[in-house]
Amino acid sequence: MSNKDKDEKTYLFDKPRNVSRLLSGFYITCVGLFIADFFVHRHSVHPWEGLPGFYAIYGFVACVILVFIAKAMRKVLMRKEDYYDVDE
Amino acid sequence: MMWMNNLPPFIPFFIAALLVLVTQGHLRSIILLATPVLGGLHLWFDVQPFVPMVATDALVTAKELSYQLTMFNYQLEFMRVDKLSLLFGYLFHIASFIAIIYALHVRDTIQQVAGLLYVGSALGAVFAGDLISLFIFWECLALSSVFLIWTSRTERAIKSGIRYLMFQVASGVLLLAGTLIYHYEHDSFAFDFIGLEGMGSWLIFIAFGIKCAFPFLHNWLTDAYPKATPSGTVFLSAFSTKLAVYALARGYPGTELLIYIGVIMACFPIFYAVLENDLRRVLAYSMINQLGFMVVGIGIGTALALNGTVAHAFAHIIYKSLLFMSMGAVLYRVANINGSDLGGLYKSMPWTTTFCIVGAASISAFPLFSGFIAKSLIMVAVMKEGYFIIWLMLLFAAAGVFHHAGIKVPYFAFFHHDRGIRVKEAPKNMLVAMFIAAVLCIFIGSQPQYLYALLPWKMEYWPYDMTHVLTQLQLLFFSALAFVWLNKQGLYPPELRSVNIDFEWTYRKLLPATGRASYNLLQSFNRAVTSAVQQSWQSFQSAFQASRLSKYHLASSWPTGSMVLWIGVILGGYLLADIYF
Repeated sequence: MSNKDKDEKTYLFDKPRNVSRLLSGFYITCVGLFIADFFVHRHSVHPWEGLPGFYAIYGFVACVILVFIAKAMRKVLMRKEDYYDVDE
Repeated sequence: MMWMNNLPPFIPFFIAALLVLVTQGHLRSIILLATPVLGGLHLWFDVQPFVPMVATDALVTAKELSYQLTMFNYQLEFMRVDKLSLLFGYLFHIASFIAIIYALHVRDTIQQVAGLLYVGSALGAVFAGDLISLFIFWECLALSSVFLIWTSRTERAIKSGIRYLMFQVASGVLLLAGTLIYHYEHDSFAFDFIGLEGMGSWLIFIAFGIKCAFPFLHNWLTDAYPKATPSGTVFLSAFSTKLAVYALARGYPGTELLIYIGVIMACFPIFYAVLENDLRRVLAYSMINQLGFMVVGIGIGTALALNGTVAHAFAHIIYKSLLFMSMGAVLYRVANINGSDLGGLYKSMPWTTTFCIVGAASISAFPLFSGFIAKSLIMVAVMKEGYFIIWLMLLFAAAGVFHHAGIKVPYFAFFHHDRGIRVKEAPKNMLVAMFIAAVLCIFIGSQPQYLYALLPWKMEYWPYDMTHVLTQLQLLFFSALAFVWLNKQGLYPPELRSVNIDFEWTYRKLLPATGRASYNLLQSFNRAVTSAVQQSWQSFQSAFQASRLSKYHLASSWPTGSMVLWIGVILGGYLLADIYF
């Protein structure tokens, strides 16, 4: 925050209230989308895909697994920034 | 004018490249801008596909050989026009127009000439009707594009450019070898359906595969694209790999192997994209992911799937350039593109932020954005053909792409922690270019009928129905929820200044290290042998000196008697040899 002026104007997400508003809006949408699955009749090709909440759960679980695997990969794969610039 | 109808689209770009060399200032800018506009209008109004493609699942190609050049008794076909090549022709004109606007502030003749030659080569390759002309433009493409990397003028960029060139030239060599063998096998140079039969077709397949960043052949992309100039990457992102997609779609539709290659391409890069710190490299990885979807579509090979691939290429070029443009603008202003060092830029670059979010929404396939109407074609086609596991993996990849390209890139660059970076908004020309791309993303996404009408194969499909919109929104919102939750729990991996080892490790570390080690080994072996020989020679010499024979030694003393003795020995030797052999 070194070059930031003290009396600089406050921006949209400087106010914690705005951030929490955005997040609550987001959570409400998520809940709404999940509930909608039980009321809207959607056509499906594969039986799994027709299960209520399939897409929501799949999206959530997929991303969590993605991040956990990636974190585990980091332990093996991560090197210093100049790794390729120096010969060992 | 009759000849105008047949003017191959690469010619205006090559002429413009020459003109740019001899002009300066505004005149040069006008030439740069006019080339894609006039070329595109010409293509739109004057050039018609000779025969429309027929609505069957088998690939039916229409050919018109209207522009030919005879070379060494061989006719090069520069202008094969059908709906497939024409669509890529339009697309490349749009993409080059956007990229040229984005690069207008650049005062670097090499970059501008290279950019035009690069676009021209891509167009030449798209309209090439035979494998020899394809090869010629394939090589021009490699040679012109490397300058967009080298003009970064850093040591890393130059070395990376050399590696890039090695891959591209290897691709060209394989294409040529494959072409010659294919000609030997089939007695034809035609660039139509090739299929995986015979050695020649395999070589051509691998040549296309290198350009398409198949697994294990992909690191040239993640290595070089993040090191090119801000505008150079915008050019690069549009043409090379999509030309490869075009070539595969023409040569290998319905090749089942492509489904499996494609699904690997769609899945493995997203892990790297989550870890990667250089945001342009995140985009490079996500580009491989997107190419994976297209390759799967080619592998499925039905009209719906192939249309999906082409539509996806169309949408992809535009939103991917938009994302690379926004990151390029950040790099241009902040001189840093590492997620670990950025944040809070929405305050000083609000327009760039907005455009980046449009690009992110498009790549994530939000309804009303361009990715949605393209990716869904491929997904539906995969499901229809009964590849359920593949479909699940692609769905995983679709959630993943939203996670890293849709959320991570904008979030770490423009939001996250305010690092106190205060810069000017991107230059006007960059904003205009991003604006055009953003408008196109939304237009294509919300009015898909226009793009669908241009697609080469006939199909009945409309993406906007309740099921599809709802399921897509569920997938995306819950992926986002995972991101929010992981962040709140502190489980999300922080951006760290680092590199992550990928397959390139084999040729950037293992191979040089093996080389060094074997060199050292050879050298110590050499030393050991030399000293052993020297020692034994010395001990032999001292033994010889000590013995009575040393009297007859030739060089150090030469009494006539010793000479006679040695001549006697040699002659005797000859005599014995003569008798016994």
